[in-house]
Amino acid sequence: MDVATSPPAPQGGFSFLNCLRNTALEQGLVSQGFQAPKARKTGTTIAGLVCADGVVLGADTRATDDMVVAEKNCLKIHYLAPNIYCCGAGVAADAEATTQLLSSKLELHSLATGRPPRVVTANRFLRQMLFRYQGHIGASLIVAGLDSTGAHLYSVHPHGSSSRLPYNSMGSGAGAAISVLEDRFKPKMELLEAQELVADAIQAGILGDLGSGSSVDLCVITQDGARLLRGYRTPAAPGKRLGRYRYRAGTTAVLSEKVELRSLEVLEEHVQSMDVE
Amino acid sequence: MTARTEAQEARHTQDGCSRRGAGSHFSRKRHAQDGGAPGRCPAGARRRRRMRVVELGRAAVTKMEAAGMVPVPWAGGRAPGQLCALRAGPGLGLQLDLDLELQAGGGEPLTRTLSPMVTGTSVLGVRFDGGVVVAADTLGSYGSLARFRNISRIMKVNDNTVLGASGDYADFQYLKQVIDQMVIDEELLGDGHNYSPKAIHSWLTRAMYSRRCKMNPLWNTVVIGGFYNGESFLGYVDMLGVAYEAPTLATGYGAYLAQPLMREALEKKPILTKEEAQDLIERCMKILYYRDARSFNRFQIAVVTEKGVEVEEPRSVETNWDIAHLIRGFE
Repeated sequence: MDVATSPPAPQGGFSFLNCLRNTALEQGLVSQGFQAPKARKTGTTIAGLVCADGVVLGADTRATDDMVVAEKNCLKIHYLAPNIYCCGAGVAADAEATTQLLSSKLELHSLATGRPPRVVTANRFLRQMLFRYQGHIGASLIVAGLDSTGAHLYSVHPHGSSSRLPYNSMGSGAGAAISVLEDRFKPKMELLEAQELVADAIQAGILGDLGSGSSVDLCVITQDGARLLRGYRTPAAPGKRLGRYRYRAGTTAVLSEKVELRSLEVLEEHVQSMDVE
Repeated sequence: MTARTEAQEARHTQDGCSRRGAGSHFSRKRHAQDGGAPGRCPAGARRRRRMRVVELGRAAVTKMEAAGMVPVPWAGGRAPGQLCALRAGPGLGLQLDLDLELQAGGGEPLTRTLSPMVTGTSVLGVRFDGGVVVAADTLGSYGSLARFRNISRIMKVNDNTVLGASGDYADFQYLKQVIDQMVIDEELLGDGHNYSPKAIHSWLTRAMYSRRCKMNPLWNTVVIGGFYNGESFLGYVDMLGVAYEAPTLATGYGAYLAQPLMREALEKKPILTKEEAQDLIERCMKILYYRDARSFNRFQIAVVTEKGVEVEEPRSVETNWDIAHLIRGFE
């Protein structure tokens, strides 16, 4: 490749060149029927709340590709640190890549400071990164965890804004989930009650929103650590088959039975050894 | 009157004005006299004027066609059953226009709803054992301005039906006028029958769809609730003519925020009592006030039972802002 004519090597990080190209293409060619390829969205319901003992995060498990279910049982609750987890909605790849990057950064930061990471650090990092990319990274996240300063929950939007709230929901099923949370949230709830409320909120999203479905995953973070409860509830379980398709023994009447013993002689024996070095 | 079809003639002369035809109240103005003489009627004058416009238009086209100046969108004549006028359009010289009122150069103004002006937000409806509850807040928004804070979006149709509407308020007022007249006409017959909620729902479906087909919709989503012959009825009609019945209904943002809650409650207990239904509606109105940016904390509830219709006075819900103490700043 000719060095003089090839474009300069990128400095590292996100290159905005393609975004400019895409905008120009859309403006110029959309009249001729050009359609930019759609990024795969998770079409999600995620929710979280702060309770007396810690935080509870919930998410559904359906990933959609426009109107088709791409994955029936994907995991939308991402690990950030032993005491911090994050639910991701929006573009699946963006949520996944961002949380993995954040998890690495938090680990390095924690090793450098010699302290367990704080939720506010995760929030600050996410805000600064997402704002830098001006919303092109389509990740809506609910970060929650328990650290030395207490239990916290932050909801971060793709353009880089965040809010610290006692409860929140995001994704396409956010309307359904937030109505359940608004109806029944109380400050300092008991853990079991909080789990049931988050599961109810996600279930409302699964039943009411077509972009969410399958089952409810929960993540409970308390002083004892984090527990990921995969498949906590399955409101949309596949239906039971009503018909019986196996014939019971004795369905066909046996009229007579004849047993014949076959004696077989060994004609040839061939042993092949396997090379296991 | 040459353009009038035989069917139109017959319908018009029968008993002064035909009331039972679907959309009849929308396609012609209300006639003051009942059993009036056939012939000249005020609505007919407008129709005749429209017919003349078409004839002129066609003459003009034929002339231009003859001159070989401009290509016409069709060859020969009008498409069957279609009334049309020509107007100068952008881009291609002539454009087929279904709107009779519009004519290039000083015609009558456009009289179809292009976008809603003063709007109402969600209407909720819940069926219970022995009746229905319909609720709507008392706000008329002018875009993002909370312009009219004490309007009623629920109307009593008769002793066994109520109707709540969201969307354009002017279209709702027109609909109210039409339905009120219909109910009066029905009472004048004096045969002991009145409109059932199902009949109103069925008529409204046809009327709204007919308007949509003429590209001049009534920009409303309507919830019809009633109790008739021992059965509760709850129906939905929107501006496209989409209609269905369900045990719980919500229009607008209510479909995203309130409908999941209502369905959840009904799943736990399929048949509610009146108090449970009212309590459910109140909880939903509170959440709509929290989360719908075009809502208001002042709403009306209408309850229909076999005793009749009770449209209550507007009231508010107690809102809880305790969580404000748990939030300090953005981090």
